[in-house]
Amino acid sequence: MRLNELPPHEAALIRVIDWTALKAGEARRMRELGFDEGVRVETLHRGPVGMDPIACRVGRMTIALRRKTAAAVSVEPFPMAAE
Amino acid sequence: MNSTPLVALVGNPNAGKSALFNALTGARQKVGNYPGVTVERKSGRMALPDGRPIELVDLPGTYSLDPASPDEQVTRDVVVGRQEGEKLPSALVVVLDATNLDNHLRFALQLIALGLPVVIALNMMDMARRDGLTIDVDALSKALGVPVVETVAVRRLGMDELKTALATVVGDGTRTVRAGAPPEHDIVTLQRRARAIAVAATREESLARAWTHRLDAVALHPVSGPIVLAVILFVMFQAVFAWSEAPIGWIEAGFVAAQDAVGAVLPTGILRSLLVDGVIAGVGSVLVFLPQILILFLFILLLEASGYMVRAAFLMDRLMAGVGLSGRAFIPLLSSFACAIPGIMATRTIDDPKDRLTTILIAPLMTCSARLPVYAVIIGAFIPARDVGLGVGLQGLVLFGLYVTGIVSAMIAAFVIRRTIAKGESAGFMMEMPRYQMPVIRDVAIGLMQRAWIFLHRAGTLILLATVLLWALLSFPQSPTGRDQVRYSAAGRIASGLETIVRPIGFNHEIALAIIPAMAAREVAVSALATVYAIEGGDEVQTERSLVGRLRGRWSLPTALAFLMWFVFAPQCLSTIAVIRRETNGWKWPLFSLAYLFGLAYLAAGFTFWAATALGL
Ligand SMILES: Nc1nc2c(ncn2[C@@H]2O[C@H](COP(=O)(O)OP(=O)(O)O)[C@@H](O)[C@H]2O)c(=O)[nH]1
Ligand SMILES: [Mg+2]
Repeated sequence: MRLNELPPHEAALIRVIDWTALKAGEARRMRELGFDEGVRVETLHRGPVGMDPIACRVGRMTIALRRKTAAAVSVEPFPMAAE
Repeated sequence: MNSTPLVALVGNPNAGKSALFNALTGARQKVGNYPGVTVERKSGRMALPDGRPIELVDLPGTYSLDPASPDEQVTRDVVVGRQEGEKLPSALVVVLDATNLDNHLRFALQLIALGLPVVIALNMMDMARRDGLTIDVDALSKALGVPVVETVAVRRLGMDELKTALATVVGDGTRTVRAGAPPEHDIVTLQRRARAIAVAATREESLARAWTHRLDAVALHPVSGPIVLAVILFVMFQAVFAWSEAPIGWIEAGFVAAQDAVGAVLPTGILRSLLVDGVIAGVGSVLVFLPQILILFLFILLLEASGYMVRAAFLMDRLMAGVGLSGRAFIPLLSSFACAIPGIMATRTIDDPKDRLTTILIAPLMTCSARLPVYAVIIGAFIPARDVGLGVGLQGLVLFGLYVTGIVSAMIAAFVIRRTIAKGESAGFMMEMPRYQMPVIRDVAIGLMQRAWIFLHRAGTLILLATVLLWALLSFPQSPTGRDQVRYSAAGRIASGLETIVRPIGFNHEIALAIIPAMAAREVAVSALATVYAIEGGDEVQTERSLVGRLRGRWSLPTALAFLMWFVFAPQCLSTIAVIRRETNGWKWPLFSLAYLFGLAYLAAGFTFWAATALGL
């Protein structure tokens, strides 16, 4: 599943990030904001028009980003929830 | 050269650098600019416990040493000693948000690796405690190899401890330690190390940010979110008018008293005319807008300090994306309702150059507070104070319409600019949403004082100069008796030339005269018209009310409407042009924006005039 498809308030783990699908500046900004493989993410809010952008909890920060960008992030269910 | 040791505050955005800066320096601050770039340089003085003076600078917040915007570039250049006009700091105070350690530590690791003496201010400890976090400061200090001090900047807790720690690492300023290792750039490696240290030092964790979650459930809700935003904006614009009425009255009364006092002391003549008609009337007609500008800024500062501004950007992002911009552009554009200058400066936070350029070019279309006096006078004179139902007045409706016209035009302009001169893929939108904060009254007050000072300074220099110049050009050469002084004067002759260009769009000689000095500051259009009609009528002291009466008799409705439309688009003030030049580093874009805005203004005024005439208004 990709981050843009993750239903709100469902914890997930970042499995892999397709850095090549992102523009250089965008990829760097994402790393700086704490996006990394193995980090816990959760979608908290979605924008009023077209559910875009989305606000995600990444680690201890809340980050707003567009769905198109979020599509580069593959996630898997959070281990606790899976078992 | 002064040898006071320089200490820089560095850290991620929203770590509390500015709050810490205010707590450490109090009112002893200086706001300037770094040479060549319009990044604000905020510095101040403080003393160490042993009495040694320190110069403290508040650096722009950044997430790493790879700059993505001019702001971040300055931070990077200062800490590596490459910033022109700034020496290499003797020490860094790295400010960390204790509730967000794993992320903020990464940048701290990068900074520590530079080799400068470092003290860590572990800020927001009150929030960390509230969130149920306990941080082992000793372990953290050991892992990082630098002193760590807990602080609560907004309540000035930990300031003495911070100063003591700083005293142990700062040299005497004459010999600065050379920066050693080149900055570590591999973010992923750093991030993993940071996370490991943060996890080891942080104990006990319960659900954090309960308040922020509760507020965001409403403020970012797809339905209630936009409603809340609309209500806030409505209250803001309402307040600009409602709250300012009384203070404006006081200021006006003050200037009338000053005019009377000067009039009573000085004999009739050139000097009295200069002071009463030129200086006091001119500058006074501008100063009356100080209350409105301050109220607007108060709201903007509060929205920023509370953390709501980023939420507004989130809600607006999709709409802005429709014209090729991002939610980030919303913040500078909102500030532009107060004044385009801080708005254009606020575009520095937009990292994409094309987004930023587009935002700079459309910012002047937001109705700034300097246009209010022009709108107020013309609407007062030509739009009947009729009720159109539901308690909505026609005058207010027209004013609202002018604001909307500005916004819609800005969006259309952005759409066109993004597809022509600033062509390219949209840069996207990515922002950290900080938690909500109770704004600190003291910090807001400092921000307001700085704005008030900038405005007063402008009124005392640029606007004063323009007013006196106009008065002189209108008063000389003196016409022989029987000839019209205004037309005979130097200004009148210049205006006659311009009149041939603007006559097709319904403008008369007096308007041609007023729109030239309005380039200095838009408000001057009002005082210019007042002066023109006063000198023409031979009156000594005029008031706005009599200007309204005069306009009514002399202008047709189509002319008045065309004049309003002209001001929706055109006359950018010179300060705006100057700031665009500084921000874009050249004359190309300021000249372009002058041309395109004047072109738009001419066409909009023209079409309004022709349509209104055709309709028989
Ligand atoms: N509760 C709390 N709030 C703080 C503290 N330090 C700063 N703040 C608030 O955090 C927000 C960001 O602070 P600011 O100084 O502007 O951060 P900067 O971007 O690093 O300059 C502001 O609303 C401050 O009032 C602190 O120690 N505790
Ligand atoms: Mg700051």
